[in-house]
Amino acid sequence: MTRFVSPRCGACLGLLVLLAAAPPVRADVDSAVLKAEQERIAAIDKAKRTAVSVFAAGGRGGGSGVVITPDGYALTNFHVVKPAGTIMHCSMPDEKLYEAVIVGIDPVGDVALIKLLGRDDFPCAELADSDTVQVGDYCFAVGNPFLLATDFQPTVTWGLVSGVHRYQYPAGTLLEYADCIQTDAAINPGNSGGPLFNAQGQLIGINGRGSFEKRGRVNVGVGYAISINQIKHFMGCLRAGRIVDHATLGASVSSDEDGRVVVTNILETSDAYRRGLRYADEVVAFGGRSIYTVNGFKNALGIFPKGWRAPLSFRRDGKQYDVFVQLTGVHPNDELINKVQAPEPEIQPGRPMPGRPMPGRPMPGRPMPGRPMPGQPGDDPQQPEEDKPDGEKPEGEQPAPKPIPLPLDPGAAPQQNFSAEAKKLYVERRGYANYYFNELNRDRVWKSLTDNYGDFASLPQAWKMEGELAGAPVSFTIAPDAVRGTFPGGPAAIETGFGKDLDVQLDPPGSGGLLAALHIWQRMLTVGPKGYGDVYYYGTLPLPEREGVFDTLSGTYNVIDSRFLFDPSSGEVVAVEFIPSADSDSCEVRFGDYRDVDGRKLPHRMEVKNGDRLFGVITIKSISFSSQAE
Amino acid sequence: LAILPAVALALLTATAACAALPDVIDDVQPKIVKIYGAGGLQKLEAYQSGFLISADGHVLTAWSYVLDADYVTVTLNDGRKYEGVLVGYDPRTEVAVLKIDAQDLPHFDLHQAVELEPGARVLAFSNLYGVATGNEPASVLHGVMSIRTRLAARRGAFETLYQGDVYVLDAMTNNPGAAGGALTDSNGRLAGFLGKELRNSLSNTWLNYAIPAAELVGPVDDIVAGRLKPRDPDADVRKPLEPLTLALLGVTLVPDVLVKTPPFIDKVRPDSPADKAGLRPDDLVLFVNNQIVDSCAGLKNELTFVDRIDEVRLMVQRGQQLMEITVSARD
Repeated sequence: MTRFVSPRCGACLGLLVLLAAAPPVRADVDSAVLKAEQERIAAIDKAKRTAVSVFAAGGRGGGSGVVITPDGYALTNFHVVKPAGTIMHCSMPDEKLYEAVIVGIDPVGDVALIKLLGRDDFPCAELADSDTVQVGDYCFAVGNPFLLATDFQPTVTWGLVSGVHRYQYPAGTLLEYADCIQTDAAINPGNSGGPLFNAQGQLIGINGRGSFEKRGRVNVGVGYAISINQIKHFMGCLRAGRIVDHATLGASVSSDEDGRVVVTNILETSDAYRRGLRYADEVVAFGGRSIYTVNGFKNALGIFPKGWRAPLSFRRDGKQYDVFVQLTGVHPNDELINKVQAPEPEIQPGRPMPGRPMPGRPMPGRPMPGRPMPGQPGDDPQQPEEDKPDGEKPEGEQPAPKPIPLPLDPGAAPQQNFSAEAKKLYVERRGYANYYFNELNRDRVWKSLTDNYGDFASLPQAWKMEGELAGAPVSFTIAPDAVRGTFPGGPAAIETGFGKDLDVQLDPPGSGGLLAALHIWQRMLTVGPKGYGDVYYYGTLPLPEREGVFDTLSGTYNVIDSRFLFDPSSGEVVAVEFIPSADSDSCEVRFGDYRDVDGRKLPHRMEVKNGDRLFGVITIKSISFSSQAE
Repeated sequence: LAILPAVALALLTATAACAALPDVIDDVQPKIVKIYGAGGLQKLEAYQSGFLISADGHVLTAWSYVLDADYVTVTLNDGRKYEGVLVGYDPRTEVAVLKIDAQDLPHFDLHQAVELEPGARVLAFSNLYGVATGNEPASVLHGVMSIRTRLAARRGAFETLYQGDVYVLDAMTNNPGAAGGALTDSNGRLAGFLGKELRNSLSNTWLNYAIPAAELVGPVDDIVAGRLKPRDPDADVRKPLEPLTLALLGVTLVPDVLVKTPPFIDKVRPDSPADKAGLRPDDLVLFVNNQIVDSCAGLKNELTFVDRIDEVRLMVQRGQQLMEITVSARD
């Protein structure tokens, strides 16, 4: 089974390794031990080079991070970048200082994406599949605890995975650590945002929280990392420069006396309700996981961004229903933006806060004069509020103390001395962490489509399509002012000119608005995202029954919202979603079978869905263009 | 420098054992339980840890205020919940045994526990900070056993009644809620019992330690055999015609206001037998002869089994010390 070296030789070897970097060759040391040692050294060396130490402008604290792409995208905590502002300095073990701009933030999940500037060959971490992490796996954290990395060299702390799929109740009003990894590797203030690697040096999570209590804000063997698999779901939205919200089902659950997880409350306006979920239904699976406990459900839900669709299975009267549910936001409308972008309350200079040292008067026992140790009561803007548990804990179990994030002291106000290049990469716009990256991706998606599928703006404006639907002939003409056609159910038409609201023109019946969906599709193709209306890059979305995620443009035009999904590699439009109102089913058209038509590529297969009901699959036989609708 | 070899050894052996650890942990977890009871106020956590020591539901845990509840919940690793009924407790080692109504349970055998040498790699299983609920497994921490030593040498610095050996651990084991957890070697064999949090009042530091399992064999056997539990008031036992009373000894207890008011001595009459024997106000009476007492009423009842002409041996807690005092009403 397991092999051990004798204490004596292991101790000698360890001492030598620690004192002299060169591994000694010892005849009395098991070769397996030497091999394991070399593997660990190699893993740490590989991983360490990707670590980032964040130093906020003007000494406003800092934290840690990790580079994940060669062009410098790096992950850290939201609570690290929050005091740091939009541009910050980051050091890496290559002894260079890099400028970094904020890209996107996930305030609920405490994740931020930043971009380091100046290289396109950054060493970057390999992302693991964190769902394979097991309790008992070894892991290590790399970071900038207590901002020690002023010599550019990060600190490595080794530990064990103590727990997986941990759910940690929200600290304050925003943060919620769902499905996180618990480790006894030392996670201290300043480690926030830094990487947790597995023993092979692959990234499994982002450190950000710890359990503390009466022993002060230093590690007591209980740290938490946000799983990298959760962050993968958010990556597209973070790259979009957005303030990303987490998802909710629109229903709450609790355990009943038989230990089943049942729906105790559901919003009638939610997609879950429209998909058939009702009060007292038993939730048996969500997001591909079997659900046995309330925490298990919260873990499964907490890893999704607002707007994603996820599979849900529920049971009623012995019958199981399997549906896909569109998830809504934890925060309604602009609430999250208001929380994140509202001006911070002024702290009057010279007025001591409880537990906070006066400037120049360090508290006794503080190791770093002038830079007080974080974590004493009162110096932590994100100390958890005394919110009560929501009654969803099983009976007889008391709520655990809430772990808290580890911000360092914000300190003095920042001084702006960043390069013009860095400033160019930040565009302020309400509702966005950095609008520059939204435009960047919107333009990228559009360019990929037009490069590969042709220029639709120069086409004649009336597109006539003929084909079949369920064995019967269909034909329709899409033009800027109207869409008309003949369907198996009879003729159908909508007017799309000025003053003609689309949300009430849902023909043909049962489609949820196919003609309107075709209209907005043509409009997007011909005028582009800049001419369409208000269009932003959402990030990436999955599609039921399809592998991967899809670049998504979200548009508002006329009175309706819409989403356009693009294949990230080919650039083709894979789906258009016409959303007549927030609380009704959309019409979704999935496009396929792209073929050349007059030098452009256009789809010859359209699968039309209204909610989860299939309206039909239209096979297009011919497409022709004319300057006027018939 | 002295600690370096141990640390380095831990790292090395850790990696060598890497492949097996998740399996070792999977085998141990079903023996670990979460315990919920009294507390929840003033930073007193209402939860602690425990582990199964018999197939039919004996749970070893820490003797603490958490157990001082009308209903103590024991949650197994698989999420099943049971009422934990107190079998007995030993104030000297601060351990208690609960019994749940279940059979065929995976468990540790206290008699089969291993001894650890300094430098041994250890795993600590507990529900520290109450991180896990329901069927979520307990937390696992790793580290090294640094030294086996006696806490008695530090008496006065640590607030504990326990005076035996402890394993001092290079691991963050003793956190809120961890008391009652299991310490194992790297093969998952039971080695020790995670004690209550111990703060050194001189240095304001916290000790990470475990009580070697062998130290608990005797007390736990006594508890399970029923020798360490308060007397059943309905038991039919012969009583002397003229029993001992507190008044004869010169002792007044604190007012009996709770269901189980701890039997603290309030007053000792000057020149009384109790005074001469050395009993003092604020002494907490734990044993009368070899019988454990847990309340003022229990102490008074216990004295009714002692003839007034006989000596009585009391074990009392004074501050953080245990004292055995023999007193006779004839003195």
